[in-house]
Amino acid sequence: MGLRYYLIRRLLLIIPVLIGLSIVTFALSHIVPGDPVRLAAGPQATAEQIHKLEEEFGLDKPLPVQYLNYMQGVLRGNLGQSMMNRHPVAMDLRRYFPATFELVVVSTILGVVIGLPMAMAAAVFRDKWPDQVSRIVALSSISMPVFWLGMVLQLILCMTWHLLPISGRFDPRVPFPPNVTGMLLVDSLLAGDLHKFGIALKHITLPAFCQSLIAIALITRLLRADILEVMQRDFVTMARAMGLPERVVLFKYVLKNALIATVAMLGFLVGWELSGSVMIETVFDWPGVGLYAVKSAMTLDFQPIMGITLFVGLLFTLVNLLVDFSYGVIDPRIRYG
Amino acid sequence: MSVSVEARGWWGRWRAKNEGLIDEWRRGLYRFRQSRLSIVGMAIIIFLLIVAFTGRHWVPYPKDAGFTTHVEIRLQGPTRDNLFGTDGYGRDVFTRTIWATQTSLIAGTVIVLVGGLIGIILGGIAGYFGGLVNEVIMRITDIMLTMPGIFLALAITAALGPSILHAMMALSITWWPGYCRLVQAQVLSIREEDYVEAARCIGASPRRILFNHILPNCLSAIVVKASMDFGFAVLNLAALGFIGVGAQPPVPEWGVMISKGREFLPYGWWLSTLPGLAMFLTVFGFNMLGDGLRDIFDPRARR
Repeated sequence: MGLRYYLIRRLLLIIPVLIGLSIVTFALSHIVPGDPVRLAAGPQATAEQIHKLEEEFGLDKPLPVQYLNYMQGVLRGNLGQSMMNRHPVAMDLRRYFPATFELVVVSTILGVVIGLPMAMAAAVFRDKWPDQVSRIVALSSISMPVFWLGMVLQLILCMTWHLLPISGRFDPRVPFPPNVTGMLLVDSLLAGDLHKFGIALKHITLPAFCQSLIAIALITRLLRADILEVMQRDFVTMARAMGLPERVVLFKYVLKNALIATVAMLGFLVGWELSGSVMIETVFDWPGVGLYAVKSAMTLDFQPIMGITLFVGLLFTLVNLLVDFSYGVIDPRIRYG
Repeated sequence: MSVSVEARGWWGRWRAKNEGLIDEWRRGLYRFRQSRLSIVGMAIIIFLLIVAFTGRHWVPYPKDAGFTTHVEIRLQGPTRDNLFGTDGYGRDVFTRTIWATQTSLIAGTVIVLVGGLIGIILGGIAGYFGGLVNEVIMRITDIMLTMPGIFLALAITAALGPSILHAMMALSITWWPGYCRLVQAQVLSIREEDYVEAARCIGASPRRILFNHILPNCLSAIVVKASMDFGFAVLNLAALGFIGVGAQPPVPEWGVMISKGREFLPYGWWLSTLPGLAMFLTVFGFNMLGDGLRDIFDPRARR
């Protein structure tokens, strides 16, 4: 009843959001003064060639017709094709997305692993030095221009000390692990190849670290505030009064209740990390959706840009939906309505 | 507080009339002084403002901000003549970094002002009038919030043609939804306050109620968000410059300088490291101030 109704309503609500999103991106890519066709055809193209290209992409039809055509394709999973290399956008997205997904997942894990202890230390030692340190670390990592930090780390760790590879996803001299999920870490594990896993891990370390700074900062600040708030509650006083060791109180009583808002924020975080991936992927030459977007934008290739925006928007919506459902798992008291 | 003994002159009368306000400010100022972070943030920002608006008069090589070449001193590390070294054309990196401060601060202000203003007005209207207007505005906001901003900004800037002005426009367009949602939520709760009801009873127009009674009371939340956003606006503008769709050379801009400096790594480390440091300082300053301001306006968040 409650849950199923809620689920269906939320899923249905995605539709208007996507329609709106597609209209915005479509309008944007067609009202702009730039002339993608001319750019794609090259400077020497004759009027006839340009016209032919326009016809091929349906650009000679009125805008509403173009939009309907486009949406018809989208519903069939066809996001159009790139004007530059004639690749279907959906295919390219399938190829690039696992890389971005891998990066986002690893950096979120890294963010939780680093942010959680920092938040707890800050809350337990409130207004003492761990609190101040964690505050400054959080503030400076959120203020850090990631592309700059990535570059500085490349300079120090990769170019000077040769500890990590500079860029890319994998060693070009080693064949890729057999493609199953497209995520190299998972694929190499599935193939049971620890050597390749190590290579992939080395490549992802720096980009994931740079990407995780935002997660570290947000988790630290938010979780600290929540832990402090939960610590004031009666049931914590009660647990302490019962003589439970402080460790048990902190982990079983406080943390469990304080984590809810942090989990809620993870959805928002994924959106932010997807944004951040544009920069990170440019710096580390990481062949993901962000780099794809940059390349398409630079060549005014609007089909991919529209496809990417739609895709990222859908992804973000779905993640948030998933987060809303995970509340119930963490906190069984929550009822959906 | 103490009743002023006698109100002398316009200053005294003003103080007597606005005693509550002054008291509030004094308390705010006290809390501000208590939070060391916001003091440091404020100091950084004042320093940057001074640098930004006097810098162009005292930089050692003002000509280097444009397109000049001094081949004989190209790519030299930091020396006493060139504190931050020289770039691939032999231009003084220190001069260009200082020069770019003003560009970035002005651009950040414009983005936050324009984006914020659109958001505040839309959010205010949505929250105050409710009903269909609210639905329409908030659904559009939701859609805009669904899309990670930099993808949209990237597309807009690329389409309009790369330039710092277009990057600013694109960022302003993607900036407002956060404010819209914030203000809408605030207005929704303030709308029900007694003093708003009172204003309505004496026949104040909706515009007057919204702009004179409701929005000033959302101001603290807006100020906190704006001060933190300012840093991100500077950051995003530099990011667009770094990608290549923002400011175009030879205009000195931090993002572009960092991106150009990458070509000379690892030898020319000073080229991108030092402008990046200036940028970090700027964003850090504004974030510290914002964090401190949040403590002041919303003490519940910290204590």
